[in-house]
Amino acid sequence: MQLFVFVCAAAMILVGAIGVIVRSHPVHAALSLILTLFGVAVLFVAQDAHFLAAVQVVVYAGAIVVLFLFVIMLLGVDKAEALRIDPVKVQRPLAVIVGLGLFGLVAAAIVRSRDSLVVRGRGIDIASGEAGHDSNIRQLANDLFSNHVFAFEVTSVLLVIAVVGTVLLARRPRSGSASDTSAGGK
Amino acid sequence: MFAIDNLLEGLTPSAVLIVLLKVVIVFVVGLVATMFMVWFERKIISGMQNRIGPNKAGPFGILQTLADGIKLFFKEDLLPDRADRFVFRLAPFLAFVPAFLVWSIIPLGGDFSNGKNGSVTMFGHRTFVQLADPPVGVLLLLAISSIGVYGIMLAGWSSGSKYPLLGSVRASAQMVSYEAALGLSLAAVMLVAGTLSTNGIVTSQSSLGRWHVIATGVVPFIIFMIAATAELNRPPFDLVEAEQELVGGFNTEYSSLRFALFYLAEFMNTVTMSGVIVTMFFGGPQPVKFNLGAVHFSGDLHLGFMNGTVWFVAKLLVFLYIYVWFRATLPRLRYDQLMNLGWKLLIPASLGWFMLLAAQRVATDNDWNKWTVNIITIAVLLLCGLLLLAATRVSAKNREREGAMF
Repeated sequence: MQLFVFVCAAAMILVGAIGVIVRSHPVHAALSLILTLFGVAVLFVAQDAHFLAAVQVVVYAGAIVVLFLFVIMLLGVDKAEALRIDPVKVQRPLAVIVGLGLFGLVAAAIVRSRDSLVVRGRGIDIASGEAGHDSNIRQLANDLFSNHVFAFEVTSVLLVIAVVGTVLLARRPRSGSASDTSAGGK
Repeated sequence: MFAIDNLLEGLTPSAVLIVLLKVVIVFVVGLVATMFMVWFERKIISGMQNRIGPNKAGPFGILQTLADGIKLFFKEDLLPDRADRFVFRLAPFLAFVPAFLVWSIIPLGGDFSNGKNGSVTMFGHRTFVQLADPPVGVLLLLAISSIGVYGIMLAGWSSGSKYPLLGSVRASAQMVSYEAALGLSLAAVMLVAGTLSTNGIVTSQSSLGRWHVIATGVVPFIIFMIAATAELNRPPFDLVEAEQELVGGFNTEYSSLRFALFYLAEFMNTVTMSGVIVTMFFGGPQPVKFNLGAVHFSGDLHLGFMNGTVWFVAKLLVFLYIYVWFRATLPRLRYDQLMNLGWKLLIPASLGWFMLLAAQRVATDNDWNKWTVNIITIAVLLLCGLLLLAATRVSAKNREREGAMF
């Protein structure tokens, strides 16, 4: 059963990932990305990480890709992009190198930690010896708010800075020409 | 935990049969409830507007929806020239399927007396009167409703037409912004119930005083009600299909069966959202029981295993009526009013209330003086509220000086 679920989810992820790269239409690429994210969510469920699966769908599929689509629609770039023109020359060779490097790192990590993966593969609940309906959330909360509380708070500060920066960037051109627009009778 | 895991662990055929039966029943009940809702809304609104409403097909016109559905079946299925073929065909299903999925996690009945936790015995198996009780329960609801955005968004975009695109951009902005308020008000319920599973949430509301509408102090319920109405794109938040501005909204280019799917999804969502409100705040299938001195009522209607279902349907009807009532009375909001309400009022209010409830929880856990904690929390919240108010005032003044439209 586990193998069956894994094969299906992995196929979903791979088809989605290839779709993101191959589809030249940005909206289709974004839809392929959703397929990949769902596949990952299915894998999380198969590992008994129900909470992570739900958050994966809520945050990534439900908010981030919606924002992608939103930007695509608002900017009106809903036409296929010409792949022949490369705006930044080093971009493509660099992408190949980084991709291969990332693949190597992930493969090395899997090979090195094979033994612990076998234990964890039976599910998070079993690995930590706690089970039950809400054990996922309890474990995650304990970890997040005790062991990693500093990183958590720093991340929230980072997000606030990002929001403030966005507001500032969005408002800057306005203040320069404020008198012009009001004089123009808008 | 998921039924699929058990399939290989030597389950008897009758257990598999129960699951299949439940799937069929839930699906059929959902469809019938939706058809009923369409008729109910038309009939009640016509009553409120001094009209007769549907009255030809069947008694009281109750088969009107069926007749409309058959009519839509036989209409021509149009595909606009500039449409994106694949996405155009996919979008109705993306709207329809999530609407049904939410229905599967709502407890539709069951026996909650004497600590039975809502289980009933069916063919010698103890089971719950809900299709699935996943460990993430309520989060699944949020996940599914966030997927529902895609149906509307892609429908508008793939039509290759301007007004549907405007409608769908509005819809997605609205749904994404109100989802935060929706989630935060649900978080208050989870905090009080101490669990995410819908069955657990219903079980924890064992008496009238412990219904979450009272236990969380009404405010999360009001926020949830407003946010849910916005999430459903129903009046007064139906900017998505504002006929006067957008021709017909995101589904302008759709016809025949595809349009029927959108229409069904919309009403199905209303029914499921009412079900969610009943489950989260009003005890779901728990009977209303009170004990006021001489007047004693245990909530048992002597209907056996249907007792919970009858209570659930009765509560559901109240909220369906309220939604129709909203539609008949409230005028549509302007777009900037909608965004102001969501971002500047609902989200801060739900966050503040969540903090208050969390502080109370900590106080009871640590045996602190409850009143001191309450007063300090309220003082802090008031201060934050005033700061927020000052901030919005200043920004409004700045924008006015800069000559912006809103």
